[in-house]
Amino acid sequence: MKVAKLISLVFAIVLILQFFFVSDTINTFGNTITSWNIVIAAFAMGLAAINLIRIHVIRIQLKRENWINSLVLIIVLVSQAGVGLFLGDDSSQYMFFFDGILNPLGATMYALIAFWIASAAFRAFKARTIDSTALLTVGIIVMLGNAPVGEVIWSQFPVLQEWLMNVPAMAAIRALYIGAAIGGIAVGVRVLSGIESGHLGAGE
Amino acid sequence: MYKNLWGCNLMTFANNQFFAFISFILIVGFVVYKIVQAQNGKIPAIRRIAGLDAIEEAVGRATEMGRPVHYSPGVGALDAATFAGLELLDLVAKQVARYGADLIVTIRQPIVLPIAEEVVKTGYRSAGVEEAYNPDSVRFISQEQFAYAAGTMGIMEREQVAANLMLGYFLAESILLAETGFKAGAIQIAGTDNRSQVPFFVTTCDYVLIGEELFAAGAVASQNPLKLGSIAGQDLAKIYAIALLVIGSVAANFGITAISNLLSK
Repeated sequence: MKVAKLISLVFAIVLILQFFFVSDTINTFGNTITSWNIVIAAFAMGLAAINLIRIHVIRIQLKRENWINSLVLIIVLVSQAGVGLFLGDDSSQYMFFFDGILNPLGATMYALIAFWIASAAFRAFKARTIDSTALLTVGIIVMLGNAPVGEVIWSQFPVLQEWLMNVPAMAAIRALYIGAAIGGIAVGVRVLSGIESGHLGAGE
Repeated sequence: MYKNLWGCNLMTFANNQFFAFISFILIVGFVVYKIVQAQNGKIPAIRRIAGLDAIEEAVGRATEMGRPVHYSPGVGALDAATFAGLELLDLVAKQVARYGADLIVTIRQPIVLPIAEEVVKTGYRSAGVEEAYNPDSVRFISQEQFAYAAGTMGIMEREQVAANLMLGYFLAESILLAETGFKAGAIQIAGTDNRSQVPFFVTTCDYVLIGEELFAAGAVASQNPLKLGSIAGQDLAKIYAIALLVIGSVAANFGITAISNLLSK
C-alpha cells in the first residue's frame, strides 16, 4: 500500500512539473508515464471485456429478461473483434459496423435528448414556487432573446438576454468553476497524500 | 513568457504558467496547512450537505422496496470528479452492505472498472459482510458515450431501480439517465463539476451536489478529521481567489492593470 501511494505521489509530481515547466528531463519522464498509462488502459480494456462477457453469458445461461439482447451483444462483440483481428481495423468490413451501425445509433440517442429535455423542462418550468417561477421567467426571456421573433416582439429582449447571460449567469458559472477547481486540487492532495485511499482497497 | 526558476537554467516556466504555478502552490499550501491543523486536534466544523444526508434515505428506501440502488461515478477517466465519485461510492457501498440492499454500479471508462470493484469490495468488507459482495454488481457497459447511456437506461428500466445516484463527471447523457431514473420512480441524487450539465440535474433530480459540493461530500460523509481539514483549506483558497477578484476589479476600475498583468504571467 505504501509503495502504491509513493508511486502515485512521484508520478503526480512529475506530471504537475511537466504542466508548469519546460524541461527536457521532466518531459522525458512525463511522456514515459503517459505511455505507461496507455498500456495500463489497454489492460483495463481487457478486464472490462471480461467483465462484460461474464455478466452477459450469465444472463444468457439463466435466460433472464431480454436475454436475447445479451446474445446479440456477445455476437457483435466477437464478430467485430474477429473482423478487426483478421481483416484489420481499417478494412471496409470493420468500418461498416462503425459507420453503418454505431454512429447512426449514437446520433439517434443524441437526437433523443431534445425530447428528454422537453419532458424535464415541462416539469421544471411549472410556476409552483418562487424559485421555479424565476426559472420560468428567466428561461422565457433567454429563449425570446435568442430567437429572432423575440426582437420583433420587443427590441430589448436580446439586450436583456445578453445581460442575464453575461452578468448573473456568468457570476454563478465563475463561482462554480473557482469552487470546483479548488475542490479538485483538494481531492488531489487527499489522494496523493494517502488520506483518501479507498481506490487502493484501503477501508476507513 | 518564459522565466527561469530561481535563476536556475534547469527548468523554465511554460507559457503564462508563472502565476498559475504560484497560485497552485498557495492553494496546496492552504489545504495542507488545514490538514496539519486537523491532525493536531483542531477539527473544523463543516456544514451538512442535504444531498449527502439523502443518500442513506435513498438506500433505506431501496431496501424497503426490494429494488436495487444504481450508482454511476460518471463518464470521465481518472479525473478529480471521478475520484470524488469513487469516494462517495465507498460510502454508498458500506450503506448498501449494512442494509442488505442490491447495488448496481455502471462504468463507462475501463480504467475506472477495477478501482470501482475494489472500492465496492472494500465497502462490503468494512461493513463486515464481504461474503455478500456480488462481483456482477460493478458492470462495464461501453466506452462509447451513448452506448453507455443506452445500456444504463436499459438496466434502470429493467431492474426498476429505487435509487439513482450519479456522482462524477457527466456529459450529454446526464439528462438521459436522470429522466430514465425519474420514469422508474427512483429517488435521484446527482452531482457534477461540469457546469453545462448542472441545469439538467437540477431540473430532474431530487438533490444535486453542485461543483465543489461533489468534492467535499466524500470528506464530509467520512467525518475523517484530515479530510475535513482539507475542506477548511479550500475555504482559505476561496478567500484568496475572492481577494484577487475584488482587488483586481477595483484596481481595473481605477485604471491600474498590475493585477491583470500578474494574472497573465
